[in-house]
Amino acid sequence: MTQASLGESVVQKIVHVQQNNGVSASATHTQPLWLLAEVTYRCPLHCAFCYNPTDYDKHTQNELTTEQWIQALRDARKLGAIQLGISGGEPLLRDDIEDIVIEAKKLGYYSNLITSGVGLTEKRIQAFKEGGLDHIQLSMHDITEEINNFITNTKTFELKKKVAAMIKNHGYPMVLNVVIHRYNIGHMREILEMAEALGADYIELANTQYYGWSLVNRSQLMPTKEQVDEAEAITNEFRANPNNKMKIFFVVPDYFSDRPKKCMNGWGEVFMIVTANGDVLPCHSARSLPNMQFPNVRDSGLEYAWKESPAFNKYRGDSWMKEPCRSCSEKENDLGGCRCQAFLLSGDADVADPVCSKSPFRHLIDQAIEDSKNPVMVAKPIVFRNDKNSKKIIAGEFNDRVESFHSLP
Amino acid sequence: MTNNILQTDIYALAPHHRFQWEEAQQNYVILFPEGMVKLHGGAGEVIKRLDGKVSVGDVVVNLKATFPDAANIEADIIGMFELAVSKGWLRKV
Repeated sequence: MTQASLGESVVQKIVHVQQNNGVSASATHTQPLWLLAEVTYRCPLHCAFCYNPTDYDKHTQNELTTEQWIQALRDARKLGAIQLGISGGEPLLRDDIEDIVIEAKKLGYYSNLITSGVGLTEKRIQAFKEGGLDHIQLSMHDITEEINNFITNTKTFELKKKVAAMIKNHGYPMVLNVVIHRYNIGHMREILEMAEALGADYIELANTQYYGWSLVNRSQLMPTKEQVDEAEAITNEFRANPNNKMKIFFVVPDYFSDRPKKCMNGWGEVFMIVTANGDVLPCHSARSLPNMQFPNVRDSGLEYAWKESPAFNKYRGDSWMKEPCRSCSEKENDLGGCRCQAFLLSGDADVADPVCSKSPFRHLIDQAIEDSKNPVMVAKPIVFRNDKNSKKIIAGEFNDRVESFHSLP
Repeated sequence: MTNNILQTDIYALAPHHRFQWEEAQQNYVILFPEGMVKLHGGAGEVIKRLDGKVSVGDVVVNLKATFPDAANIEADIIGMFELAVSKGWLRKV
């Protein structure tokens, strides 16, 4: 799964209808419209760009029970959550997704299973359909077997094609997510053609954002600015063709921008994530921040987490901002960017996102871009996301790959 | 956006879209893969009336009767149809 697919790009798609016919948009969100249930961190794929925490191995033994998930769904719905993402890891590794889907339908969620497709069988998809699952987002990796299997560190190419057909056959909208990185960015046109051929209704081209495993592998994954520009041009050309009905979301890579993304559409504004072990987070990687105590559904309810917990209130509004954000005329556009990126790279969670050209830490981003062109850096092996590597990272091995970050990605 | 909404046209919610009242927010929403739209006031009243049988003209007549004090309501209703069709929330029956 990608940070982008679950995060800010989704918010971009929340349209506020503003018209003269008595329709007006609300100025602020105070409800968790989107609940992301990261039901497990176990995964049969080993994607090099996974945003999951590199120390996820600590959280594979203490997953919430079915009953705890159902309670979380009920509580979040009361707070206003409507969109439900069931994600992971690979959610299909749990055998109670059918129960979760049925409960989601009962509660009135618009539910989305975010999956690699590994573990999706005819029997299960039929149960999901009958249970009321609204759609399935399938991750695809490339048009070539070689790159698909390389970047996921598995042999799953043929399986993904089969699963795509299965999703279509059950009358589901075809929603594809493709994480874009150095190894597939040159295939943009072919990726879009593949999606069309599969009958995709939506495709998300999610340029890799650097959190979790992808931060560890940043030098190996980052494409060049020229490649990103070309990919965007191809995407726009494709969009401009009236014969192409597929909706395309192109998630812009922030490193090549001079302003940060409005991360999660604001801290604690729209999104609430419940992780496999029950931690309640305002964003996927929030646990990389220092001195923060995140609530856990085992100890306190979601209402407390959303409304009262110090963690959710910490970066709401703009009173926490330092210069140059505090007096910046653009602060409402991006709210200073991503807190996790600020801390991981600069060591201070309250400063402007280093992506911003006004940030005193912008040189860290420029250095990362340079590193991705440095043959010595690039030659270092990819650290694939798997249990063995997670254990090694927890044990302090791979120190050379994480020492420049201010906490474990 | 072209003004191609006819009084005789019949519209329904597009496939994979769901329309529902949200108690917590006190407004109507349209839900679809990867997104949602909050509809306020009149917009929800328009969508609510679409059952795949009524025409645009029927909706106008019905809303005029329901909200007799609303001025220039017809243009607003047509505007809502135009927007909803251009966004892909509605399909023509």
